[in-house]
Amino acid sequence: MTTATIDAVPAERVRGRGGGGPAPTRIVVAYGFWIFILSDIVMFSGLFAAYAVLSGNTAGGPTGSELFDLRRVFIETMCLLVSSYTCGLGALAAERQQRDRYLVFAALTFLLGAAFLFIEISEFAGMVAKGAGPSRSGFLSGFFTLVGMHGAHVTSGLIWLIYMVAQVIVKGLRPHVLRRLLCWSLFWHALDIIWVGVLTLVYLMGIT
Amino acid sequence: MLGNLTWAAIPFDQPLPLYAMGVVGIFILAVLGLVTVKGWWPYLWREWLTSVDHKRIGAMYFILGLVMLLRGYTDAIMMRSQQAIAVGGAQGYLPPDHYDQIFSSHGTIMIFFVAMPFVIGLMNFVVPLQLGVRDVAFPTLNSVSFWLTASGALLINVSLVIGNFARTGWMGYPPLSGLAFSPGVGVDYYLWSLQISGIGTLLTGVNFVTTILKLRAPGMIYFRMPVFCWTALAANMLIIAAFPILTATFVMLLLDRYVGMHFFTNDAGGNQMMYVNLFWAWGHPEVYILILPMFGVYSEVVATFSGKGLFSYRSMVLATLGICILSFMVWLHHFFTMGAGADVNAFFGIMSAIIAVPTGVKIFNWLFTLYRGRIVFTTSILFAIGFMVTFVLGGMTGVLLAVPPVDFVLHNSVFLVAHFHNVIIGGVVFGALAGYNYWFPKAFGFTLDERWGKASFWCWLVGFYLAFVPLYVLGLMGMTRRLQHIPDPSWRPLLLVAELGAIVIFFAIVCMIAQLYVSIRTREVRRDLTGDPWNGRTLEWATSSPPPAYNFAVLPRVETIDAFWEMKRKGLTRVEPAYETVEMPRNSPIGFVIAFFAVIAGFSAIWHIWWLVILGLLGIAVTVLTFGWSENREREIPANEIARMERARLGLGRPA
Repeated sequence: MTTATIDAVPAERVRGRGGGGPAPTRIVVAYGFWIFILSDIVMFSGLFAAYAVLSGNTAGGPTGSELFDLRRVFIETMCLLVSSYTCGLGALAAERQQRDRYLVFAALTFLLGAAFLFIEISEFAGMVAKGAGPSRSGFLSGFFTLVGMHGAHVTSGLIWLIYMVAQVIVKGLRPHVLRRLLCWSLFWHALDIIWVGVLTLVYLMGIT
Repeated sequence: MLGNLTWAAIPFDQPLPLYAMGVVGIFILAVLGLVTVKGWWPYLWREWLTSVDHKRIGAMYFILGLVMLLRGYTDAIMMRSQQAIAVGGAQGYLPPDHYDQIFSSHGTIMIFFVAMPFVIGLMNFVVPLQLGVRDVAFPTLNSVSFWLTASGALLINVSLVIGNFARTGWMGYPPLSGLAFSPGVGVDYYLWSLQISGIGTLLTGVNFVTTILKLRAPGMIYFRMPVFCWTALAANMLIIAAFPILTATFVMLLLDRYVGMHFFTNDAGGNQMMYVNLFWAWGHPEVYILILPMFGVYSEVVATFSGKGLFSYRSMVLATLGICILSFMVWLHHFFTMGAGADVNAFFGIMSAIIAVPTGVKIFNWLFTLYRGRIVFTTSILFAIGFMVTFVLGGMTGVLLAVPPVDFVLHNSVFLVAHFHNVIIGGVVFGALAGYNYWFPKAFGFTLDERWGKASFWCWLVGFYLAFVPLYVLGLMGMTRRLQHIPDPSWRPLLLVAELGAIVIFFAIVCMIAQLYVSIRTREVRRDLTGDPWNGRTLEWATSSPPPAYNFAVLPRVETIDAFWEMKRKGLTRVEPAYETVEMPRNSPIGFVIAFFAVIAGFSAIWHIWWLVILGLLGIAVTVLTFGWSENREREIPANEIARMERARLGLGRPA
C-alpha cells in the first residue's frame, strides 16, 4: 500500500555486501553472459566425461595414436590461442573508440579462427576418408562429438563476429554495441579454455 | 517431401487416442472460436503473448502447468484403472504398447511440463517483487524461455495425435531407447520436446541467477533476502549446473539415433551405463530444483500465517545451500543395483542419508515458527502443514531406499513409485498450490475462495494417502512398477484402494476449478484493496494488487529481513516520494516467433523432413539476428506520468 521509504540506509554501510541497489546494465549483461558461458562449459563437461569413458572403446578400429597428428594440432592450437590475443587487442581498441584499429584486429581474429576451423575440418575429412568416421566406434563417436561441438561453437563465434563487425561499421562503437562486443569477447576466450581441455584430454593424452 | 510422415502416423485403428484427440480438438477450437468472436486477439497478443513482464510470464507458466496437470492426471487415472481391471485372466482395456506410452508420457509431462512450470512460474512472479525491483535481468529472454517451454509441451501433445510417444519410461534408458529397439518416432518426440523446453529452462536459470545476484533493491544485502529468493537462487544455480548435462546426454542419444553413433549402443564400444549416470547427474539435482523453491514457499506461508518471523533464518539459508551442494553427490542411489560395487554404493548411500539432515533442519524451523504463533488457518497454511506431515513420511521412505541392501529388494518396485510421488505430490504439488493460494490475490487483485480451497486441500491430502500408501505395501509384497497386467490377484484389493485415491484426487482438481470459477464470479466482493491481504512480511506486499507494470514507482529501501513488516512496525505515514522516470522493457514478439520456428524444426526433425528443419532453424537465426540488431528495447515512462498513475492507484489527492 505504502510507497513511502523508510529511513535511508547509509549507502556505504551496505554497498560492500551487495546492498547498493541494482547493478548497471553493463555489469548485468556481462555477468549474465558469463553465467551462460559457465552453463555451456557444463555441457562440454558432459561430453568430456563421455569421451573419457569411451576413449578406450575402439571396437577393433583405429586408436587415437594412429589417427592424431600432433604437428597439425599444434598449428591449430596456435591459431586459436593467437586469435584470442588479437581478440583482446581488438576489445581494447574498441574500448578506446578506435574503430579502424578494432576492425583490423577483428579481421585478424576472424582469419585465425577460420584457419583453425579449416584445419579441423580437413582433419575430420581425412579421418572419415580413412574409414574412421564417427559411427566406427564408441571412441570415435566421442571424439567427433566433443571436438565437433567445439568446432560448431567456433563457427557460430565467427558468424557472430561478422555480425558484430557489421554493427560496428553501421552503428559505431556506441554503448550497446560495446556491451555486445564484450559478450562476444567472453565467448571467444571461453572457447580457448575449452580447447585447452580438448588438447590435453583428447590429443596429448590420446597420443600416448 | 514429408520425410517419414504419412497418413499411417494417425492412429485411425485405435479408438481411445482418436476420441481423446477429438475431444481436445473440439475444446481447442471452441476456445479459439470464442477468442475470435469476442475480438480478444489484439488484447491477448499485446498484453500476454508478447508480454515481457515477469508477472504475466509467471502467470502463463502457471496456467501451462495447470493445463498439463489435467493431461498428466488423465494418464494417471488410465493407468490406475488398467491396473485395477487387468488382474488374473482379465487383460483390461489398454494394450501393452499403449500402456507403455501412457506411463512414459505421464512421467515426462508431470516432471517437465507440470512441476517445472509451477516452480518457474512462481519464481517469475514472486522473485522480482520480493527483491523490490522492476523486472528480471533479461525480460525478453524470459519470454523466450517461457515460449520454448510451451513449445516442448505442444510437441509432446502432438505425439498423441500424429505418431506415438516413447515406450521407454520417462528416463529413456538405452539400449531400449536406441534405434535398434525403438525405431519409431516415439523416442524422438521425447528427445526433441525435452531438448527445446530444456533450453528454455536453462535460459531461465541464467536469467534468475543474474537477477538475484545483481538486481536487488538498495540495502538488500544477501542476508536480508526473503527465504524464497534464497531457495530460488539455489534452484537456478542447480539449473545452470545440471540442465546442460541433460542437453549433452540427449545430444549423444540423438546422434546415436540419427547418425548411427555408438555412445549407448550394445555394439561397437557403446556404454549404456554412462547414459544412466549422466541422466541422474542431471536427474537428482532436478528433484531439488523442484523442491527447494517449494521449501521457500512454505517458509513464506508459515511465517506469514503464524504472524512471526521465520525461526532461524540463517540456518534455513545454510540448509538450502547445503542441499544445493549435496544434491550433486547422491545421483548413484538411483541405480544401486547396476553393480558399481560395495564401496561406491556405500558412499552414495551415506551421502543420501546425510542429505536428510539439512532437510530435517528445515522441518524443525517451520515447526518452531508455528510454535506459539497466532496461526491463521488459510488454504495456504493447510497445504504447508499437510506437506510437513506428508513430506516427513516420504523423506523417511527415501532414507530407507538409500540403504543399498534395502534398495536391492525394493528397486523398481511400486514402493519406489510411492516414495517419489510422496515427495513430489506432498512436496512440490502442495507447495505449488500453497503458493497459488497465497500469491493469487497479489497477481490478480482478488482473493481465492477459501471454502473450495480447503475442500480441494482435503481431497488432495486424503486422495494422496489413499492412492499411494497401498503402493508402499504392494511394493513390499513384491509388485514391480509399470505393470500392464497384474499377475497376482491378492494385490487387487489394495489396487482398488489406490484407484479410489486417484478418484479422490480427481475431486481435488474439480474443487480447484470450482474455486477459480467461484472466485472470478465473486471477484468484486473479494477485491484486495490494500495490497496486503495476509498481513505479509516481504516486499511484494508493499505494492498494490495487482502491481503496476513497473512494480515499484520508487525502489524501496531495505534495512532488515522481512523489510515490509519492519516498515509497518515503524508505522509509516503515507508520504509521496519524489517520482523519477522509469525505464521499462518494450513488449517483444520474438519469444513467440522463436518458439513457433522451434516447433517446426522439432516436429520436422522427428519426422525426418530435412528441408523444413533447415527452414525452421533459419527462421530462428533470422529472428535472433534481427533482435540482436535492435536498440531502444526500453520505453521511458516520464515522472509525471508515474505520479499520475500512482495517485490514481493509491487514491491520493493532488499534492499540496
